[in-house]
Amino acid sequence: MTKREEHTATWQGTDDYIASDDLRRIVDVAVRLARPILIKGEPGTGKTLLARSVAAGLGMPLLTWHVKSTTKAKDGLYVYDTVQRLYDSRFQDHDVSDIRQYIRLGPLGESFAAKERVVLLIDEIDKADMEFPNDLLHELDQMSFTIPETGDTVTATRRPVVIITSNSEKELPDAFLRRAVFHYIAFPDRALMAEIVAVHFPDLGHDLLEAALTAFFRLRGVDGLRKRPSTSELIDWIGALVATGVDPERLRTELPFLGTLLKREQDLQVVLRQRAR
Amino acid sequence: MSDRAQRMLFGEFFFGLRDAGVRVGLSEWMALMQALAEGVVRPDLSDFYHVARALLVKHEAAFDLYDQVFAAVFADGAMPTGLADELLAWLEDPKPPPMLSPEELALLESLPLDKLRELFEQRLEEQDERHDGGNRWIGTGGTSPFGHGGKNPAGVRVGGGGGGRSAVQVASERRFRDYRNDRILDTRDMAVALKKLRRLTRHEGEPELDVDESIDETSRNAGELSLIFRPPRRNEARVLLLMDVGGSMDPYAHLVERLFSAASGLNHWRKFEAFAFHNCPYEKLYSSMWGGEGVPTADVLRDRPPETFLIMVGDASMAPSELTSKHGAIDYYHRNETPGLVWLHRLRSRFRRAVWLNPMPEAWWRGYSIELIASVFPMFPLSLEGLERAMDALVKGRTPDVPDLDPRLMGGFHLGGS
Repeated sequence: MTKREEHTATWQGTDDYIASDDLRRIVDVAVRLARPILIKGEPGTGKTLLARSVAAGLGMPLLTWHVKSTTKAKDGLYVYDTVQRLYDSRFQDHDVSDIRQYIRLGPLGESFAAKERVVLLIDEIDKADMEFPNDLLHELDQMSFTIPETGDTVTATRRPVVIITSNSEKELPDAFLRRAVFHYIAFPDRALMAEIVAVHFPDLGHDLLEAALTAFFRLRGVDGLRKRPSTSELIDWIGALVATGVDPERLRTELPFLGTLLKREQDLQVVLRQRAR
Repeated sequence: MSDRAQRMLFGEFFFGLRDAGVRVGLSEWMALMQALAEGVVRPDLSDFYHVARALLVKHEAAFDLYDQVFAAVFADGAMPTGLADELLAWLEDPKPPPMLSPEELALLESLPLDKLRELFEQRLEEQDERHDGGNRWIGTGGTSPFGHGGKNPAGVRVGGGGGGRSAVQVASERRFRDYRNDRILDTRDMAVALKKLRRLTRHEGEPELDVDESIDETSRNAGELSLIFRPPRRNEARVLLLMDVGGSMDPYAHLVERLFSAASGLNHWRKFEAFAFHNCPYEKLYSSMWGGEGVPTADVLRDRPPETFLIMVGDASMAPSELTSKHGAIDYYHRNETPGLVWLHRLRSRFRRAVWLNPMPEAWWRGYSIELIASVFPMFPLSLEGLERAMDALVKGRTPDVPDLDPRLMGGFHLGGS
């Protein structure tokens, strides 16, 4: 059974990040059960921002590990710069027998070595190879790993809060999923969306907000869209509406700056065709 | 909480989820028990709903099933597929759970269940005082896990905060219906099998350090460092997937779709292409599973390099005339001048590494059309094991040479020139 961390503080969301009630609870539960949190959701629902907000809310530093298609699990632990050591061996100005100076900890390694408790974000884990998550299982469970080159063991003194995001590009392995606390960020409903918009545009007029949300959710309801507009597109769009001073009444009949909401040519065509009817 | 209560929660909720097809294992269940025992879950059903979901369900596609099972166990909703007789029988006479492997049973025994149970009961008893009653943690008719002592301890409502709706109401709403895709995780298994298809070659690009060569060369230089770089290895495999989307394939549509999404999401080959056909490919292939533009089969035959891996998917079940006759295509308006079997033979002759995946269970492979197609393509079942065998056959190049077509099969059609 996993070691239980003493409870520090409860994350409540921060001023710049509005979290739904259940998301707040999941973060709290995961922190207390010392299990990694796996966050999935449509692009643009704030998965990456969540980690930043949790870190700020709990008053812990944030370490980020952006996963790419070429990332290997070991990269997150440490990198042994053998080439540098080889080069150094040609001159007498370094003691190349000290391997430690060529070992650099990766983000996961650093989160273990940190003196204080940190939040570690493993961003877009599904970008990497299919076996990548499995390769991390042992380290995430034990919160410790050994560097064979030096014989050193890096052990977490304070178990980091691990937040993992995935865009579902690939399915994740079962063994990995079993250990995680899973949360799916559902698309915000209208009330929550109004709150989110208010964070970005505190002075937005009520009429414009209502008109924009109505138009936005109607647009999301259109059948046959390849990529439905998400929160970040809505924020951009309202930004454009505000900057140009569009009259809320106008949104009833037309959608200016449609290109900020729909990024695909085909989707624009679908919407324009529907409106023509 | 009584033994019976424990059994009911475990039996109904855990097995209800498993029965409904949610892949809940014992380690997930024990995580929930731990959360309950440690008081991480607030004594309120709404919180239990969210926390249990986060710990038990690891894919949004299964949220809908979870909602249904939750509503069935904690209210009077219906189980998604009905309680299996097996489960009911088990509840009558609880013996070691039938669906657990020996490893899982050992895990169950190694956990301090009594301790957990004690703590869990304590939490549940605390609920009496805090809540104002009137909801239905307790099902009607005394069937509830927690209904001992003649009193409903729960009647749990959402505490403070947003919404004010009960978890059962939330669950009954089934908001996650749209997220269902019934292709939970199996695409991964397929992707693992498909990944075997590779053809590694040295290729131009950012050179990589060749460690072995560098060491050799440096030794030869009496320790003077010499680094050897080489072009990187890259997977040059090209894969062509042709899928039958004809009517008799409907029962297997989800399976084929899964294969398609596994293959297209893999991003592992130099090139991946997929086309569709109805029953048998003729002079045209379709660019999507839902019809779409036609691509001349002759172009595909000519333009795709012969070393392309060809994967055909179909039930190979049709009227023999669809294979052997001119104008035999099932689509009424489609008048093919060349019999389907000839097209199949051309595909197979061009792409020497080719397999046919049949979604039907092997035991059902009877019929003349299957026999005919199996004489042209090595046929494998579209099961995980069959897929693995097929990939092995493709990579190792063990697909046998294609025999010449017997013109008599096509009654009068002249093969000349093909």
